[in-house]
Amino acid sequence: MSGAQGSSRGAQRLGEVVDRNRTITFTFNGKKYKGLEGDTIISALTANGVKIVSRSWKYHRRRGVMSGNYHDPNCHFQVNDEPNVRGAHRRLEEGMVVSTQNVSPSLKFDIGAVNQKLSRFLTAGFYYKTFIKPERLWPTYEKVLQRFAGGGKVAATGHHVPADKRYAHPDVLVAGGGPSGMSAALSAADAGSNVLLVEEEYELGGFLRWGTADELAVAQSLREKVAAHPKITTLTNAVVAGRYDQNWVSVIERGLPVVMESLIKVRTATLVAAPGLIERPYVFEGNDLPGVMLSTAVLRLVNLYAVKPGERAVVFTGNDSGIAAAEALRGIGVDVVQVVDARHGGGLVRATSSRGVLSGVELSDGSKVLCDLLVVAAGWTAPTTLLNLSGNHPVFDEAGARFVPGPDLDDTVFATGGLVGDGTIDEILAHGAAVGRQASERATNGSVTTVAPAFSPDPHLPLFFGTTKGIVDFSEDVSSKDLLTAAHEGYNSVELLKRYTTATMGPAQGKLETINTVAVLASANGESIEETGTTVWRPPYVPITLGALAGRSYEPVRYSPMQAWHESHGGINIVAGQWMRPEHYGDAAKEVSTVRSGVGIIDVTPLGKFELKGTDVTKLLNLVYVNKWSKLEVGAVRYGVMCGEDGVIFDDGVTGHLSEDRYFMSTTSSGAAGVYAHLESWLQTGFPEWDVTITNVTSAYASINIAGPQSRELLSKLVSDVDLSNEAFPYMNLRTGTIAGVPGCHMWRIGFTGELSFEIHVPAGFGAYVWETLMEHGADFGITPFGLEAQRIMRLEKGHFIVGQDTDGVTQGFSAGIDWLIKLDKDDFIGKPELQWQHDSGAGFRLVGIHPNDPKQVPTEASQIVIDGIIQGRITSSRFSPTLNRSICLGLVVPALAVAGTVVPIRLPNGTIIQGTVMEHHASYDHEGAKLRG
Amino acid sequence: MILIPCPNCGPRNSSEFTYEGENKERPNAATVTKAQWRNYLYLKNNPLGWTTETWYHSSGCKKFLVAERHTMTNEIRSTKALGQQGGAS
Repeated sequence: MSGAQGSSRGAQRLGEVVDRNRTITFTFNGKKYKGLEGDTIISALTANGVKIVSRSWKYHRRRGVMSGNYHDPNCHFQVNDEPNVRGAHRRLEEGMVVSTQNVSPSLKFDIGAVNQKLSRFLTAGFYYKTFIKPERLWPTYEKVLQRFAGGGKVAATGHHVPADKRYAHPDVLVAGGGPSGMSAALSAADAGSNVLLVEEEYELGGFLRWGTADELAVAQSLREKVAAHPKITTLTNAVVAGRYDQNWVSVIERGLPVVMESLIKVRTATLVAAPGLIERPYVFEGNDLPGVMLSTAVLRLVNLYAVKPGERAVVFTGNDSGIAAAEALRGIGVDVVQVVDARHGGGLVRATSSRGVLSGVELSDGSKVLCDLLVVAAGWTAPTTLLNLSGNHPVFDEAGARFVPGPDLDDTVFATGGLVGDGTIDEILAHGAAVGRQASERATNGSVTTVAPAFSPDPHLPLFFGTTKGIVDFSEDVSSKDLLTAAHEGYNSVELLKRYTTATMGPAQGKLETINTVAVLASANGESIEETGTTVWRPPYVPITLGALAGRSYEPVRYSPMQAWHESHGGINIVAGQWMRPEHYGDAAKEVSTVRSGVGIIDVTPLGKFELKGTDVTKLLNLVYVNKWSKLEVGAVRYGVMCGEDGVIFDDGVTGHLSEDRYFMSTTSSGAAGVYAHLESWLQTGFPEWDVTITNVTSAYASINIAGPQSRELLSKLVSDVDLSNEAFPYMNLRTGTIAGVPGCHMWRIGFTGELSFEIHVPAGFGAYVWETLMEHGADFGITPFGLEAQRIMRLEKGHFIVGQDTDGVTQGFSAGIDWLIKLDKDDFIGKPELQWQHDSGAGFRLVGIHPNDPKQVPTEASQIVIDGIIQGRITSSRFSPTLNRSICLGLVVPALAVAGTVVPIRLPNGTIIQGTVMEHHASYDHEGAKLRG
Repeated sequence: MILIPCPNCGPRNSSEFTYEGENKERPNAATVTKAQWRNYLYLKNNPLGWTTETWYHSSGCKKFLVAERHTMTNEIRSTKALGQQGGAS
């Protein structure tokens, strides 16, 4: 029973990895135990006589150690605040709090075990058959199913340290650090390649680690050579999780000091897959009882940890691994009462239990043998995942009873070790060495001249299932009976069977159960394993924590040079694309009225800014803007709209003519990168002969808009070399001069807010100084800084649209009320055909000003205009205007409604319908623009 | 992730690039029909096999390049720079 007392630690073993001088204390399900340094959770529990370590997921059957490695489906634990820890892999640490997952109330008495009694109702496709009708109960079903599913508890307040990723660029990556992998790494490194050797266990050596004295000596010698080789980097407790195009390989490193796992993105010239073999379970009645173990689990427990997994053992074997396990058991003092060798006609019928654990076996000769340990050695599964992920289609080797690499292996991917064949240690090392040289040759000069020696699986009995029914998928509690039922119901293709029964879909992800699933199905279908085929292998090879995949976010956040001032003067930040900028300084409405009556300044540094230089700039401007640019005089600026080839508006802004061959273009804040790529695209792919050079100066200048009737007066206090009078510097013009002693500042007379305003672009290093100087000199005028919100209110009062707010991904040029701007008489420009057709057809929504009839009502943006059940428009922008003391909107409506005076019903998100009236102009404030021009 | 041999920067991860699409001749805007234009805008041949396409090295040299790529194997057999070359400009 789970609480069995006394230590079952045996005498010193030759290859043992535990330190008998260092005791570790831990708890399992609340009870205190002692283990040794070097123990895994499972070896320590086994040493304490704990046989039942978990309950299965569906039927809540008692489970014990089965495969005894990372993949053991019975050994998932909650450890401290970490769920789903692989207990047969994770090393014991002082004070570990280990508990069983998926039991209620306790491992010993688990209420879910009632499912066993119901198992005839919980068979293949149970979820599909039961939890399907009525649909309205799906949320309830979900809760029920969640309670029955396994998995531990994620700590809601866990440590969220970002798991940094790193990159590696070896010539050769060797996946697997057993004898073949180490041999391949050494020969590739000797040939001059930089090698990354990745091993899933804590130590190199593979199966040699639990082998004979000779094998241990070979492992030690190889380990020393690998460690001493300057061209080999070794990662242990790390695993190759996936392989993608052109050997882009993900490696997960575990057991790091601060984070659980981290991801290494590896680009390797060649990849050597040397994962070894996984021992497969055998399907028979009682094969999941605590006390039934695979031979490699026994070899690990005995030879690495000197633990006795039982007192009285029966061994059922089809190969030498079972014989080795029997020897190891005898060596540690376990009574091996019988070795049943299938190669000599022995057969196993079923395992029997007493009080939930193994009590004996029934053999095919009719005899019954009492035992508390049944060792099973039925054969091997080749974990071909990395080959499958490389596009290879492994083929089934009938004689060897396992899959081997297919002939279509990518020429940068190699395989060695158990994946390819069996042999003596010398043969394994020779094959590994040859493959390592091949990988190095391919990585360096491209042609492979080394020939690998012949290497293939030894003959093996096709031991997949016996004469009785048993568990096939231990993770998902799928039995061979379930599979046969499903096949009988018509789910007789392997991919259908998998989804219907969930076989191979649990945490083991097919490593232990796929081959047996296929074998059972093949027998049901009366076909061969080759004909039945396997399910598709997908990455990752092992589970990866989401934190390792997420890594650390490197999304840049951009700040203007004035951001520190904003934050120390009450600026409330808003995230605007990549930029952090002030939304307001406490009261946006007050900022509006101050600007409208006096003066205010806003930081508009995020505006995209480009310098365009060359003799062909006007050709480019004529191409990308919908309006004309040929006659823009030096000193003048012009508003322009850019459309895509589909006629849809994608950016707008103002471009000015600085001097003969120099222009200064501004774009929307969020559109800067897109416009740059767009311009470069046409220059590089369409018109490479044009003389235009574009320099992105977005962050080279700090930009400030000085707005309000007193803006000229304020600016003139700081500018002496430019005449700011309306006659000398009219609206839609630019001048370059000195502001507050800072030379080289561009001043533009444009105004998004609708007031007299000057947009100044000053060298970024002087941005904060100029801003503070403006605030200082503006004090006499009652100056206010204003944020994005005040600007948005004022531009809406003025009826200026915002690309992406008042337009969307299908808003073509003539929908935005810029008919006057679009010059269809130009020869050609981007999007002209579509705009011509839109012009001719009159199709598409129209942007209009809308005033809600109730001036206090501000309809939520995106409120729909629905008439006769059909959406005929929507509100795109809405605010309460402090200037007009009423609500104002812009909206997109069908052309029939875009007539001044039309009353439209606006449906608010809560279903209320309010009335709004379509206005003659977009602008609700100074439609004629007298203030701008003043 | 595939590697794209940038003529300016050498082989780089495709995540540094923006895919611009199959190479297509822009129809003459003065004479084009709606069907021809929308074919240009929206219809891709998406062949199984070799295709010629444009990539933009958006997180690199910011140059456009033309690549010949096999859509099944992702092998890239040639890349060619477009437009003005060199870092002098």
